[in-house]
Formats: sequence, structure tokens, C-alpha cells
Amino acid sequence: MSSFEYASAPESKAIANIASSYGLFIGGKFVEPKKGKSFNTINPANEELLSKVGYADKLDIDLAVKSARSAFTKVWSKLPAKERGKYLYRIARILQERAREFAVVETLDNGKPIRESRDTDIPLAAAHFFYHAGWADKLEYAGVGNKPKPLGVVGQIIPWNFPLLMLAWKIAPALAAGNTVVLKPAETTPLTALLFAQVCQQAGLPEGVVNIVTGDGITGAALVNHPDINKIAFTGSTEVGKAIARSISATKKSATLELGGKAANIVFDDAAIDEAVEGIVNGIFFNQGHVCCAGSRLLIQENVSDEVIEKLKKRMSLIRVGDPMDKNTDLGAINSKEQLKRIHEISNTGDAEGANRWSPECKLPTKGYWYPPTIFTGVSQSHRIARDEIFGPVLSVLTFRTPAEGIEKANNSMYGLSAGIWSDKGAKILWAAKQLKAGVIWANTFNKFDPASPFGGYKESGWGREGGRHGLAGYLASDAKVSK
Amino acid sequence: MSRLDINKTYKLFIAGAFPRSESGRVYEIKGAYKKFIANPAMASRKDLRDAVVAAKAAQSGWANATAFNRGQILYRIAEIMQGRSEQFVDEICALEGVSNKAAKTQVDEAIDTWVWYSGWCDKLSSVTGSLNPVSGPFYNFTTPEPLGVVAVFAESKPSLLGAVRTLAPVLAGGNTAVLIASESYPLPVITLSEALATSDLPAGVVNILTGKTAELAPWVGSHMEIDGVDVAGLSKKQEEELKLVGADNLKRVFRFTPSNHPERILGFMEQKTVWHPIGL
Amino acid sequence: MIVDGSEVSLKKFLSDLPPVDQVGAEARASMLATRSIKTTSKAWAIDMAISMVDLTTLEGADSAGKVKALCAKAVRPDPTDLTVPSVGAICVYNDMVKIARTELDAIGGGDVAVAAVATAFPSGRATLTVKKLDTQDAIDAGANEIDMVIDRGAFLSGHLGEVFDQIKVIKELCGNKAHLKVILETGELVTYDNVRKASYLAMLAGADFIKTSTGKVAPAATAPVVLVMLEAVRDYFALTGTRIGVKPAGGIRTTKDAIKQLVLVNETAGSEWLKPSLFRIGASALLNDLLMQRMKLRTGHYASANYVTMD
Repeated sequence: MSSFEYASAPESKAIANIASSYGLFIGGKFVEPKKGKSFNTINPANEELLSKVGYADKLDIDLAVKSARSAFTKVWSKLPAKERGKYLYRIARILQERAREFAVVETLDNGKPIRESRDTDIPLAAAHFFYHAGWADKLEYAGVGNKPKPLGVVGQIIPWNFPLLMLAWKIAPALAAGNTVVLKPAETTPLTALLFAQVCQQAGLPEGVVNIVTGDGITGAALVNHPDINKIAFTGSTEVGKAIARSISATKKSATLELGGKAANIVFDDAAIDEAVEGIVNGIFFNQGHVCCAGSRLLIQENVSDEVIEKLKKRMSLIRVGDPMDKNTDLGAINSKEQLKRIHEISNTGDAEGANRWSPECKLPTKGYWYPPTIFTGVSQSHRIARDEIFGPVLSVLTFRTPAEGIEKANNSMYGLSAGIWSDKGAKILWAAKQLKAGVIWANTFNKFDPASPFGGYKESGWGREGGRHGLAGYLASDAKVSK
Repeated sequence: MSRLDINKTYKLFIAGAFPRSESGRVYEIKGAYKKFIANPAMASRKDLRDAVVAAKAAQSGWANATAFNRGQILYRIAEIMQGRSEQFVDEICALEGVSNKAAKTQVDEAIDTWVWYSGWCDKLSSVTGSLNPVSGPFYNFTTPEPLGVVAVFAESKPSLLGAVRTLAPVLAGGNTAVLIASESYPLPVITLSEALATSDLPAGVVNILTGKTAELAPWVGSHMEIDGVDVAGLSKKQEEELKLVGADNLKRVFRFTPSNHPERILGFMEQKTVWHPIGL
Repeated sequence: MIVDGSEVSLKKFLSDLPPVDQVGAEARASMLATRSIKTTSKAWAIDMAISMVDLTTLEGADSAGKVKALCAKAVRPDPTDLTVPSVGAICVYNDMVKIARTELDAIGGGDVAVAAVATAFPSGRATLTVKKLDTQDAIDAGANEIDMVIDRGAFLSGHLGEVFDQIKVIKELCGNKAHLKVILETGELVTYDNVRKASYLAMLAGADFIKTSTGKVAPAATAPVVLVMLEAVRDYFALTGTRIGVKPAGGIRTTKDAIKQLVLVNETAGSEWLKPSLFRIGASALLNDLLMQRMKLRTGHYASANYVTMD
């Protein structure tokens, strides 16, 4: 060896006990779907079969909702708040204990680098339960009146990009507020949710408080349309979010929607350039860019754009693409064939519309779904790659001349989930933060998440917040809003 | 022979001016004893479009005014209404057929509602914002910010109070508004626009339309520049239809209990969370 | 010429440098610390690290015997295994330079450099006259490398020209006889912005190497400090085409620490810097840990300190 090449450092798969098949988790037990249908879940890094999971249809959804309703009325709503909290603490602890196993299963099922599932997804998921556990017996201080009440049964539908973390974002506040849930994990990433079902069993959580039903979009629609659901909490695409909003328009159901984004990451000329470059990389290449709040539109002040782009390219050359189970991998596999197709399709419009594509040299594995870290320079506002959410490791680079122009371009989007600001000047940061129409503003940082920090978008990026006191309120009945 | 009264021409209120409907249409309003009172304008979808343009144009100025300043202006509206309270009382009596005492109570409540929401302007962030203790070297805070343009379907009765309690919270949060007056009881609301026009409220912050609710509601629902809707004055059916089309831009659509509540303000606000590192 | 050496030109140049965000820099450094270096790459890294060690003794109790023992260790770190490379240099006080040079040459360590800490090490609190004499003395004694300290007092009080001039004068004395390593003493500069500025100041004044610390002040060679200095040499190369070396010193005691340093180099300045002529690690205890880890890799079982030599 003549240079410093990192030998492969794979995390061991031995810790993951993935069963050859899983049923649906309803009423505290794993049960077979009524019609006995199942589907495969594979490892997107090598297309190997991981397990078969049950396919829930309308009948199964009905059973799950009934089980959640019964648990709500008979058990969960009668339990002293303090005890409810203790269950959540138990869950948090078990997640911490089994963190390594969860990280491995998450990486196998999702394709994300083990470094990220180990250092971000799983610890944050446990932290969400820990944080919300403490709310359970303090709801009267949550700013929603003196006698806050749960909503009842909540239907929750989560995406594939942060499977366990999104589950935690949904289930922890719902349970803390006194609701029971029916959760549908994403079709391509059901495994950690099913593992979580085992955690519920280990924690002795009363049967039916958490129900987990696996399936596809049709399963999700059945959940949304079930008449005995009080609230829908959904994270996913804006398109599906709108469909849910339509589906519930004539019902009493309320909804929290965490939808798409096309976040602007704005670099001013006085920024700490090296840290900004790190932030840009973290903003778009974290989790293969499968992040609704990814900083996918880079807006650089023109007088530093050459310097920033040059440094960015150098930095991108260091991104290690490959086996997600390797502890040194920075960019893992694209989650599914469908998603890879979508990334190709939208990115190709960038070439067609005249933007300049660049990727560092990197050898992609032959099996599995892969896309290299990519930037497009010379992008203008009207290009499709500057407007549509790609949900992949593809960055569009635009420039601006004055701060006002930067803000105007940043806000020129139907989305408003997040935005980044890079500047060394406090006054400018606060000015920009105020002007930006986005729910989460990262100044001199990006893609930071915390259970205490509300998350959610403006405009077509969704309804409501998740996390913090504001997120909790979404799971409590309002005493001023009329549900219909 | 006694003197003949000068009757008022009831017009729309858009961008600080009092235009007739571009459609040239009016409709007849009869009072409590089937007596003709007025021919207010029957706003068209184009009047709605103009009202939204005005509201959008006024939005950033109003949102960026200091909370103290917004509070002062809302209080000023109460002052102006107080001065015109007799006129409001007369209109309510004629229109709703209620006693003078009841009308006076309504006007007083409407005025007090402005005062109540005026006081909220500079307290909202303190009461509903938060400093979030994240684990890491970051300063992280959440503050409410206005949605943008909010359409308000005023309750029919009480005609004045119903309009004020839907409108005032929208303004308190820094939104600009398009208020669609109750179809049957619009007159006190039009007179309200005269109070608004003389109360330091920047042009376009409130725009008031009169006309057929059923005609305007679908256009409100589908207008992509409208961010939120208070459906107090809509039927359940109309509300459902509006929500269905409003999903196209994920409008925030709410109906509130008929009382004053800070949630009326917050329903039309977003919560913005800002992260910043703490370091040298 | 980038600067003309005047106070004004230096201030202008340094204040135009982009700032460093502490939280971001530390986050980057701690992410790089998670790199998992195993098997063949670990073996490579251990040998590279050994060849980069500036084996150091800077104690009042230093004696000829101690320095000679260190020389032996420097040339053949593991007498039982001659595949172990020699270290980069021996780092001593002036009065030990001649002893070290003579001993190294005598035992076949002609390639091992002798570095002398000069210019009133470690505080730097002496007149320029003394600092010059100190340096000349070391060069005359046969030092191949001069590890000078900057005047942190002058730097912190804004007298950049003074710091610059002193480095320049010492560099002139070194001429082509000795390499100049400039010690910033980052623990006293406190902020990363200062580290970046001092790095550039030293490079502009003619440093061949920039070095973090004397080893007498804590914190010393923390990962983010080294990161910032590596960014500085990388960007200075882009600006001038000249590669300046980096030497962390102080606090690097284990193989793990050393490998983290190499990862920092690899992913910041780049692999071009992964050689003893551009990266050194000032340490004493580190060498034995590297040797023990090397034994572990070779034999497959954990090593004991009994099997590596004390000095």
C-alpha cells in the first residue's frame, strides 16, 4: 500500500436478527394479514432479500383501528399520565440498549451509511421518546389550555428516508399526549418499525396502544379513510399530502403534514467558507439527499461563488460512496429502484436545460441502486432542477448579487420547509432569517434535528410542527378550533 | 315637509379605496321589517382577485411593522369605532332587528375585541414562542410569523361583532386580509371599512367584499395566493368544498368557536425555528 | 508578493481571510475522528506515523545519557524488528543538539534530523538579539531544524508586523542550513480565527512548517486546531504553489490519536501531505504505543509494555 486508502471496515451483520417473515402488529401481537398476502423487503445496496412482511389491506386496517380504539377507551386514556410517561421512558431505554441492532437493521433495509444510522437516526429516535416521556404528565403546561385532551386514535404514515426516526417523531408525541396509534411504515423500509413492535412488547406497553401495519400506498389510503381515525399524521410527498388533505376535507379528522421541500442554502460572501462547504455537503449529501429539508438549492453570493464551488468540488471528491455497512462510507445506496429512476429523470432535465453537471470520480457498486454525488452549476430559477424536489444527492447551484436578491430567489418556491444561511455577521443572519419563508432556518449549520426543536414547513411543505412544545400541541384537542 | 335623508352608497373596500364592483352588480338588502335599506355591491371573482393583489402587496409592510405599531393601529380602530358607535348601533338595529340595547352591546363588544387583540400583538412571541434546549452548542428559538394573505368569511350574526372577531386576530398576527362580509348582513361591515380607512391602517391590509358567499367561496378556495381561510360565515357544505379545492395549495382552513382566543391568531401563523451555533 | 511585510498589508491580508466557525470546525473534526482504520490501512498508518514522529525530550532534567538513549530509539525504534522505520527527528534543547547529532551519525541515523527549540522556547519572552543568538547557536551546533516560538504577546496585542519580522529574521538565519518550524502555541491564541491568522502570518514570513504547540501549554494539538492549520496550508498552496508542513505537538499519546491526525491530513490537506517532509507529530510516549500496536497487528495478540524499550 503506497497511500492512505481506508481498508474496508464493515459493521457486523451478526447482531441483526431479521426473521424470514413478519406479520402485522395488531393488539400487541404479530398476526397474519387476513388475506395472507405479503411482500418482500430488500437491501437496496445489493438487492438481496431481507424478509417478507405482511401486506395489510382494508380489513387489517379496520382490525388495527379497532384495536387502537379499544386500547384508547379502555386502557390508555384511563392510565394516570405519569404511568403513560413511564412506558415512554422504558421504550427510550430499550431503544438505547438495542441501538446497535437497530442501526444495523436500518442500514440494511434503507441503504443509508451505518455511520448515520448509528450516530444520528437511532440516538435521535431514542431521544424523542425520552423527551416526550417527560411531557406525558405536564400537558397542562404545554400551552393548550388547562385541561388538554388527547384526540383519540391517530393514523400515522411515515416515509422511508428515516424509518425509525420518523416513527419516533410520530409515536412519541402521540402517546405522550394520550392517543393510541396505527402506524404504517414505508413499503421499502418496514423492518425497524417491526423491530420497534418487539420493543413495545418488551416494554409491556398495553396491547393496542401501538399498532403497526405494513403495506403500500393503498394500505395508507385505507388508514386515512378509516372512519374511526381522529387524526392523520403524515410525512411524505406534497402530492400525497394534498391527496390526504382532500380525503379528509369532509371529515372531522385533523392532520399534521410534513411534506416536500426545495431548501435554499444561502452563502453570503462573509461566510466561514470552510464550514459553509461542510454545511453544503451535509445539507445535500446527508442520507443520500433523501431528506425533505435537504439544502438542494445552493445560492452563493456571486463574488465568492468561484471559490466556494472550487472548494466544494474538492470536498466532494473526498465523499466515500459505497457499502453502507462500511463504517467509513459517507454516501450509501439510493433507497429503491423507483427513487433512483426519479433521480435520473429529474437530473437529466438539468442536462437538457443547459446546466453543467459535475460529479467526482467514484466507482459505484454494480449491484444495488446508486447515484454519485452530483452538482449542477449554471442553474437558473426556471430550470426544473431548481424547482422540483429531487430527493437525491443532486445539488443545484445558483448565484445572487445582493442579499435582497438572495432572499427573493430563496423564497421563490412553492415549498417552505427549511433554509440555510451562511454569514459571519449576526445582524445579517437575523435579517435573513426573518425574511425567509421557511419553518426551519439553519444559520451556519444545516440538517440539525432535536426533539426539543419544532420542525415543519410553510406553504406547500405542510401543516403543523413536529417536535418541541409546538409539535406536541398537534396531538392535543384545541379548545378554540371547531373540528366541524 | 321634513328633510330627506342622504342615503349612503355601500361600496367595496379594496387597497384603501372604495370602488364599486367591476361587474357593476349590486344586490338588494332589506331590513328587519322587509324595508329596503341599500344596494351594496355584489363583488365578482375579479374584485376578489383585486382584493388579493392589494392584500399581497400590503403584506410584508404590515408583517414587518413593529408589534407595538400594529397594536397601536388596532387600538386606533377601536377609538374610531367608538366615535362612530351610534351609526353602528343604528345599522345593526335596522338590519338585524334587535333592540337598541342589544345592538349597543354588540358594538361595545366589537370595540373591546379590537382592544383585546391590539394587546396581543406584542405578546404573542413571548407567550407562544420558545427557546428550545437542544442538545448541542446551538441557540435555537421558535417564533410565530404570519401566513400571508388570509380570507375571512364573517359570521352573519352578530353582523359587526362576527366580522371583527374574525378579522382582528388575523391582523394581530401580521396577516393581511380579504374579508367577505355576510351576504345578508353586510352593512355594518361596510361601515367598519370606513373606520378602518381612517385609522392609520395601511391601504390593502384589510379589503372588504360584499356579495354572494356561494359565488365567492369557490374562488377563495382555489386562489393560490390565499394562504388561510376562516370559514366562520360558511355552511358546513361550503366549508368542505372550500377545503377540497384549498388542498391545492394546502390552505390553512379553520372554524373557531365564537369567542376571542389567541388560537384565532396562531391558526394563521407559522412557527419559525432558527438554529445558530454558539461559539467563538 | 502577497504582502509587503508592513503592518497595514498584513492586517489587510489577514482580515480578508474567511472566518472559522468554531462549532462547524469542531463538528468536522469529530466526524473525521469516527473514521475506522483497520487491517492493512492501519499497518500503513502506523509505519507512516512512526516515520513522522519528532521524538521529543524538552525537560530541565535532560542529560547526555537520556538524549543518546533517545537517539538509539529514534534510529531503531524496535530493536527486535528492523522493518520498523526510523522516526523523523529528535527534538531537543540547544545544548543537546551537538550530542544528538553526533550520536545519530555514529549509530547510522544520519537521516534522522535534529530539531532544536530556539528563540527563547517555550515563552518566547526575550529580545530579538537573544532569539537570534539562540537560533545561530543551534544551527552552529548542527541543528537541521529550528522550532521557533512566535511572540504571542505581540500577536494578541495586534503587533503583527513585529511577529512577522521576527520570523523573517530567524528564517534568514536558517538560510538553507535548517528548516524553520514556527510554533504558534495555539493554546494561547485561543480562537480558531487566531490560529488561521497566525498560520498565514508564519507562512507569509517564510515558515517551512507550522507547528501547533510547545507542549508546555494546554490545550495543545486538538483535532480542530490541526484541521484549521491543515486548511491553511492547503489554501496557501492554492495561492502560492508552495507546500508548507504541519506539525501537531502535545497531547498525541496513542496510536488512535496519531491515526486520527493522519485522517485529518488525508481528508483536509490531502494525501500529498502524508509524508514526513510535510507532516510531523511532536511526541514522546506516542512512539511506544505505535510500536505496541504494530506488534499486535503482526502477532495477532495484544502486546505488553515490557516488550518495548523505555526510552
